[in-house]
Amino acid sequence: MKAWFRSGTPWIWLTGGALALSLVMVIGLLSLIAVRGFGHFWPSLVAETVVTNHDTGEQTLVLGEITRTEQVPAAVARDAGQFVPEGIELVERVLFKRGNRDQFGQDFVWHLGLTLDEMSFPPEVLAIERREWGNFYGYPIYLEIDGERIETDDPRFRDLTQAAVDRSLDYRQRIRRIERTDIGRTSRELENIRLEERGMQLRGVTGPDLEEAQERFARQRALLEAEFLELRSELDALYASQRRDLLHMRMSDERELTIGFDNIVRVTSPNDITVLAKIVEYFDRVGEFLTEGPREANTEGGIFPAIFGTVTMVLVMSIMVTPFGVLAAIYLREYAKQGTVTRIIRVSVYNLAGVPSIVFGVFGLGFFVYFLGGNIDQLFYQAALPSPTFGTPGLFWASLTLALLTLPVVIVSTEEGLARIPTTIRQGSLALGATKSETLWKVVVPLATPAMMTGLILAIARAAGEVAPLMLVGVVKLAPTLPIDGEFPFIHLERKIMHLGFHIYDVGFQSPNVEAARPLVYATALTLVLLIIVLNLTAIAIRNRLREKYRSDSD
Amino acid sequence: MTESLSAQESPSKRPESLLPDSKTRAKRRSRRKLRDRISFWGVSAAGFGVVFSLALIFIYLFYEVIPVFKGATLDEQRRFSLPAIEQNQQVERLWLERYQELGVYYTNDAQVRFFEVDTGAIRSEFELNVPEGVSATSFANGEDIGRFVAYGLSDGQIVSARHAYDLSFPDDRRFIQPKMEFPFGEDPIILDEDGQPIQILGVQASTRGTPRMGVAGYTRDERLVMAVLATQTNMMTGAVTVQANRATLPALPSGTNPTSILIDKNLRSVFVADEQGRVHYFDVSNLNSPRLVQTVSVGSPITAMDFLVGSVSIIIGTESGELSQWFLVRDDQNQYTLEKVREFTAHSAAITSLTPEYTRKGFLVGDASGVVGIHYGTSARTLLQKSVQSEPITGIAVSQINQRVLTLSASNEVAAFELWNRHPQISFRALWNKVWYEGRSSPEYIWQSSSASDEFESKFSLIPLTVGTLKAAFFAMLFAMPLGLLGAIYTAYFLTPKLRGVVKPTIEIMEALPTVILGFLAGLWLAPFMENHLPAVFSILVGMPLIMIGVAALWGYVPKGLRNQIPIGWEAVILIPFILFFGWLCVTLSPFVEIAFFDGSMRQWLTDVGITYDQRNAMVVGVAMGFAVIPTIYSIAEDAVFNVPKHLTQGSLALGATAWQTVVGVVLPTASPGLFSAVMIGFGRAIGETMIVLMATGNSPIVNFNIFEGMRTLSANIAVELPETAVGGTHFRILFLAALVLFIVTFIFNTIAEVVRQRLRLRYSSL
Repeated sequence: MKAWFRSGTPWIWLTGGALALSLVMVIGLLSLIAVRGFGHFWPSLVAETVVTNHDTGEQTLVLGEITRTEQVPAAVARDAGQFVPEGIELVERVLFKRGNRDQFGQDFVWHLGLTLDEMSFPPEVLAIERREWGNFYGYPIYLEIDGERIETDDPRFRDLTQAAVDRSLDYRQRIRRIERTDIGRTSRELENIRLEERGMQLRGVTGPDLEEAQERFARQRALLEAEFLELRSELDALYASQRRDLLHMRMSDERELTIGFDNIVRVTSPNDITVLAKIVEYFDRVGEFLTEGPREANTEGGIFPAIFGTVTMVLVMSIMVTPFGVLAAIYLREYAKQGTVTRIIRVSVYNLAGVPSIVFGVFGLGFFVYFLGGNIDQLFYQAALPSPTFGTPGLFWASLTLALLTLPVVIVSTEEGLARIPTTIRQGSLALGATKSETLWKVVVPLATPAMMTGLILAIARAAGEVAPLMLVGVVKLAPTLPIDGEFPFIHLERKIMHLGFHIYDVGFQSPNVEAARPLVYATALTLVLLIIVLNLTAIAIRNRLREKYRSDSD
Repeated sequence: MTESLSAQESPSKRPESLLPDSKTRAKRRSRRKLRDRISFWGVSAAGFGVVFSLALIFIYLFYEVIPVFKGATLDEQRRFSLPAIEQNQQVERLWLERYQELGVYYTNDAQVRFFEVDTGAIRSEFELNVPEGVSATSFANGEDIGRFVAYGLSDGQIVSARHAYDLSFPDDRRFIQPKMEFPFGEDPIILDEDGQPIQILGVQASTRGTPRMGVAGYTRDERLVMAVLATQTNMMTGAVTVQANRATLPALPSGTNPTSILIDKNLRSVFVADEQGRVHYFDVSNLNSPRLVQTVSVGSPITAMDFLVGSVSIIIGTESGELSQWFLVRDDQNQYTLEKVREFTAHSAAITSLTPEYTRKGFLVGDASGVVGIHYGTSARTLLQKSVQSEPITGIAVSQINQRVLTLSASNEVAAFELWNRHPQISFRALWNKVWYEGRSSPEYIWQSSSASDEFESKFSLIPLTVGTLKAAFFAMLFAMPLGLLGAIYTAYFLTPKLRGVVKPTIEIMEALPTVILGFLAGLWLAPFMENHLPAVFSILVGMPLIMIGVAALWGYVPKGLRNQIPIGWEAVILIPFILFFGWLCVTLSPFVEIAFFDGSMRQWLTDVGITYDQRNAMVVGVAMGFAVIPTIYSIAEDAVFNVPKHLTQGSLALGATAWQTVVGVVLPTASPGLFSAVMIGFGRAIGETMIVLMATGNSPIVNFNIFEGMRTLSANIAVELPETAVGGTHFRILFLAALVLFIVTFIFNTIAEVVRQRLRLRYSSL
């Protein structure tokens, strides 16, 4: 045994174990996110069972999705206020998502396994996704369309319900269009008039010019207000017709409730559909998640604005970081005298990659937002003051901060690429009489392009996952508008944006109903992880191809 | 290219050169040269620009932090003699209003005059209601922010008043109209029922609950009398009646000559200073049985005494120029005693006037030699001592926004100064040493940057945050270092090349995993999981290495045929199922362990034995942040081990050493700088990590290394507090300081690591 220890075999196994453990954790983490993330969209069954109260013997019906089941020592359950008979040491408890938050107060509830009856999955149960108050689970009584009563045993019941949902969604879209586009435009024009007026005041315009302008403003205002009223009445009409269709439901506690279709996003009967239908439903939900905006303080609905914000920010960042990073790398590698100073600069630049990102955020907030942004406002947006335009966190500053943060990544990668190009190629070009700049731009840089691409992709991957600095310089939990739209100048650098990473933080930690938000956070995390892994794999693939290429070139 | 080709061909075909003529060539040459220059300058400019902008980060952070350590400045604006003062009048008190336009002074004969500081003209005059045949014998004022004053009269009564300002904006310009208010009635109120003249007076208005006023007076026949007044408004008539609750305080030791009386805002304590340099502390919380609790000696005669804002701390100035801060400290028996908390830089002459700042724990003093001193309580800083006059300063006033100071000399000359005193709260000592804060029983390290109350004493000790940062990084490294380093050694030296090609990128890709995801999993999944499976966590920590070695031992007994089927370098793969099984086993058995050994709940058991347990604690952070750091350490360490020249290891093996002996004897010593730099960079990353600690700890700034409690780190603190601070304020700049500290620390760590790594590269190439 002693000899065995001395040979070192156990220690080799120990190192191997460390690696195996790391691998298990990495894969376990990714699988956890994948399973929970992908699982979020699967329409789960709605269980029905009877809970017996131990004191009164009273029996209540519970209806809901089973979120999870766990084994806990009886003491833990007792601490949580649940009654566990003496003599039982280990109990099972089940977390039901019973929905109906507006009626029950809480949409999640724990029940001990031993108080539960047999589970059944009644086929008539409907799961209704609502715009407010989360999901609703219950039994349909009848459907009311245009005052006509359609019973559940009517064969048209299901189709008509679906039709009502579709109609309501259609109305919803029209309402949104009017609210966002038309009313948004009128209020923006009103604001523009106000700004113009204020600008005239600031410039000190007086006399007939001012009177004429004021008359014009008044005319425009009246016009816009009339337009607004018209839109308003149109909206009211739409709202009214949206509320026309009703669904009458019964809850597990026998109470009845009427839900207007204006509040319904989706109606499913999860216990009564085929696997195929579930798959269709699954992809429908995935689609909705990726293309729709959030609802209910971000805990439901989709994450489209967050994806859009992340991508826009990263694109703007790339536009800024690429030229500067590449030029700086070329300077350091090709032009700067390779001495101690250059070495110090190089090491410092490399080390900046290891400086905490929050430091960049602090710098961005202080220097970009308050100093640069404040001055820009003073110079160009004086009419809008005191409400700041650029003197407040926004897309541009977020991108700029991230550009600074990822600059070292691009520089390091580009320099590596430049260093890898054999000197013979350079010398060949110079020997043929090319100037240094010709050699550089026509020979060296094109050969190093893949390295630059690698650097850029790595920078993008880092930027997409960074959250801490963004919390300071421009990311918000809910942005009313996208940073790019049809309004001149189409890309709005001063707007605040939503971001996938911040969305995870916000929904997971700042939302009032964490339990309800949890699956959505997993799904968001999965989106972000996939995005970043794909980006990184691309970068790795490019780098490997590049290495191969030069290995053969230089031989 | 074309040029050189045509140059070669030209000799054979003479007739016409295909070359452009010399003028064009010269033009082209100069154009190429120009392009070359442009490229050079353009690239250099961009390069410099980038380097400069990166340097700017450091410069800017530094620039934002510097003002915090600057002292105060006082620039004289104008000087004039106090308007309308008469020969026989003395100024009792001088004030400056919020907009710094008006000064106000109270004379010893109950006159109030408001004057414009910029012109020296009188704006308004008032006289308090002193009855015929009676004269004012003493004066006192409450807290500055309440602008409350009272005069003691020669018949044992007092009159009280408050000055106030009406703001109006005629022609869009601000106009301030002073006025007098009488919350406790305009008529005199009896303080001493014996009708003796009040020689010394103390007054305080309580703003908590119903408006009350406490007055304490020292009468000519050497008694201390006190009254607490409350008002009642008649619902029908609107008339205000004042109710008084009077008491006589215990007698002072005989021969005592009181000089001033202070009453705290809760009307619970009375402090009497005397000529012998003593302070007598009375507990009057029960006015029916007031007690003389304590008499403390200051040393030399007390010439100035006042509360700091909040009426908790007393600043005492003496005849010999000493300044000290005192407040009531509660001991173990819940008894309060007056303790000297700190001293300030002494003045060279007697302190003749003293005024606290309105919203901070700072104060200004004037001394008998004409020197103004600006001091700050919490940080014990003396921000300025400046001689402004040649004669004693009898009055000093500062505005509410701390930007203007008025001084009054013995010959009634007023001087107005512009004051810059933005960041007195911070000194090196206040940031890094224990500080005795108001209401605490001993000096402590506390980070508590803001509160709802205006009178709040900001507590800016960076120690809790630094300790929190180190604690988080320590536990993260404890978890990540063994896994990262051992895993790296195994990958680089034992693992088969084919597996290595898969394993290394897999772990490295985790480096790019957004930390917000790790933080979210740590906070929402790992923290509750650990709380519910504590025995599993510990048995995995202890048992996992044992299981690995156990499997190694068992492997020796596996039949040789089977053993030879699996090539060397697959140990890790063999271990994976065992690790999974053991982990599953521990989790499954966890509830049974809890039932068997911990009365059913280990978490409860920990609490019962006196260990605080937070759900989001250092253990969770250690695992989550360790997870974030493992790829960093692993990647660098693996490179270092892998690049150890092969001839070294082969030589060692050829000499008969086992593989492990080669690792320990040859590989590790050679690669140790690389491993060191891997650890350094990992540590740097752990120190600066924000999202994980933000989400996986309770963010409570505590000073301990308990693994079951949370912490607040520098970086998380910035993320939490920076969006909500006032731009340019002290708190804002301290957060910049925290960022600067983080920047410098991580930069140093990374630089050391980088230098070590470069050395190593050189060494490898020379081996």
